[in-house]
Amino acid sequence: MNIASILARKGSRIVTCRAEQSIRQALSLLAEHNIGALVVVDDAGGAAGMLSERDIVREAARDERLFGRTVGEIMTRDVIVGVPEDDLRAVRHTMTERRIRHVPVVADGRLVGIVSIGDVVKAELDQYLGEVDTLQTQVGVRP
Amino acid sequence: MLRVAVIGAGPAGFYTAEHLFRQSGLAVEVDLYDRLPTPYGLVRFGVAPDHQKIKNVTAAFDKTAAHPGFRFFGHVELGKDVTIEDLRAHYHQIVYTTGAQTDRRMGIPGEDLRRSHPATDFVAWYNGHPDYREQRFDLSQEQVAVVGVGNVAVDVVRILCRTYEELATTDISDDALAALRESRVREVYLLGRRGSAQAAFTNPEIRELGELPGADVRAIPDEVEPDPLSRAELEKSGDRSTLKKVEILRDYARRAPSGKPRTLVIRFLVSPVALVDDGREGVAGIRLVRNTLQATAAGTLQARPTDSFETLPTGLVFRSVGYRGVPIPGVPFHDAWGVILNEKGRVLEPDSREPRLGEYAAGWIKRGPTGVIGTNKPDAAETVACMMEDVARDRMLAPSEPDAGAALALVCQRQPQHITWSDWQRLDALEVERGRAAGRPRVKFTRVEDMLAALGR
Repeated sequence: MNIASILARKGSRIVTCRAEQSIRQALSLLAEHNIGALVVVDDAGGAAGMLSERDIVREAARDERLFGRTVGEIMTRDVIVGVPEDDLRAVRHTMTERRIRHVPVVADGRLVGIVSIGDVVKAELDQYLGEVDTLQTQVGVRP
Repeated sequence: MLRVAVIGAGPAGFYTAEHLFRQSGLAVEVDLYDRLPTPYGLVRFGVAPDHQKIKNVTAAFDKTAAHPGFRFFGHVELGKDVTIEDLRAHYHQIVYTTGAQTDRRMGIPGEDLRRSHPATDFVAWYNGHPDYREQRFDLSQEQVAVVGVGNVAVDVVRILCRTYEELATTDISDDALAALRESRVREVYLLGRRGSAQAAFTNPEIRELGELPGADVRAIPDEVEPDPLSRAELEKSGDRSTLKKVEILRDYARRAPSGKPRTLVIRFLVSPVALVDDGREGVAGIRLVRNTLQATAAGTLQARPTDSFETLPTGLVFRSVGYRGVPIPGVPFHDAWGVILNEKGRVLEPDSREPRLGEYAAGWIKRGPTGVIGTNKPDAAETVACMMEDVARDRMLAPSEPDAGAALALVCQRQPQHITWSDWQRLDALEVERGRAAGRPRVKFTRVEDMLAALGR
């Protein structure tokens, strides 16, 4: 299974912000959409960075005047970017190993979605549940 | 009373109905529509005839069908016999479960030559799908290539390698059984673009290929052996089932031919770049490029072409490189993913990306063609959870005639020859009866007219 199947049922609505926006604006976007990270996009529509709630918490502990600063100052620039054809399992590996919670997905240079670790775990769980169910029906176990 | 129309009587349609009936404190009526007279979708027309046990899942669907709130309207087509507007006038909610009905193309020269087919056409034909009964496949060819290593590709090579005696005890269509009896196929190639460790087939599926009475299985040692990147990944993950898969394939690579009438060759790290024209607009071969693996940023090992090519002489080619949904007129579609534009099953308006009132999707038309039959169960549960949230917030359609009698009157008027669940039960019993003498699970009706005639119409 690849991560396109996750994006297919996410409505491809991607909440993004720009590096020059304030942290305050970014926070209201996170709260409004009930999500944990924003993709920071550049002029070309590519992923310039990621801003996660983690990034904000870490910086807030150091600097109480954080809210007026810009996204570009604290965002993670070294972002691992996925492609729709990426295997679910490989992405899960990379995310757990490198402790990343969100992977922006890019096709032909354009941001097409974002996959969270929650999405990946749910997709794998559904896959296993489905396989168990199918095996049970084959051997005649009432699920 | 909540009235729901479900469009498409495959696994996703039945699981959606099942989850709807499980809602406590809410009375639900489900009318399950299908454009074909028979239910079960790909369980009937996709699952291979030599895998009857997988079809046991229909017992669960029959249980759903026995619910008093359930009705089946077979042989009623959305867009032809009834419109979305009709449905909006009779139901509070509409769920599209129409599946992934078309195949992806390889996008290579020669793809449309004669004797180059989507593997799903062959599958639908041997499974007796009424729309595919006129299809012809030239089984006088001795070499056949099947592009892809997913479960459809594996089914196709297995059916091509089965002996007549093996097929004769299945519910394969009579036409296909007769054609395969005359098959002169001797060599079948299964072509994977990535390595053995990345192949999508499951271990039971691949093991089955090594136990065919009528075909020797072969693999090429250099192609089976995982490359350094795959080895590193396997060591890190310790993924036992993939290690086992590689081990099974190594065994195939070591096997000496035992003289069975057919040979199945499993190839890895090759991609078709062109089909070769025989000069009469037919396929004479398949040109392949050898691939190496390369990791993406997120860690997936992807195929990258090298500059090494070869040509396999094959007179028949089946492609199985992916599937996509077919848009339903009037329903927003996401072209890149090949699915209905949706969020967790709620159909979205294309511009605002806001949910469209009362319309939902489940199964392959919602998430794309992945997973096994059972994967549609949690998938349908997610859609039904959204439907229930919307019911609780009173976000539903406001049908002018929300009653079962009015919907039935509409269907009777638009399609007098529609098939009810009890009609299907009669057809089912007749098919089983027709198979009994020959020791087959059933002999399928493959013409809609034959089904109607059998019902005395």
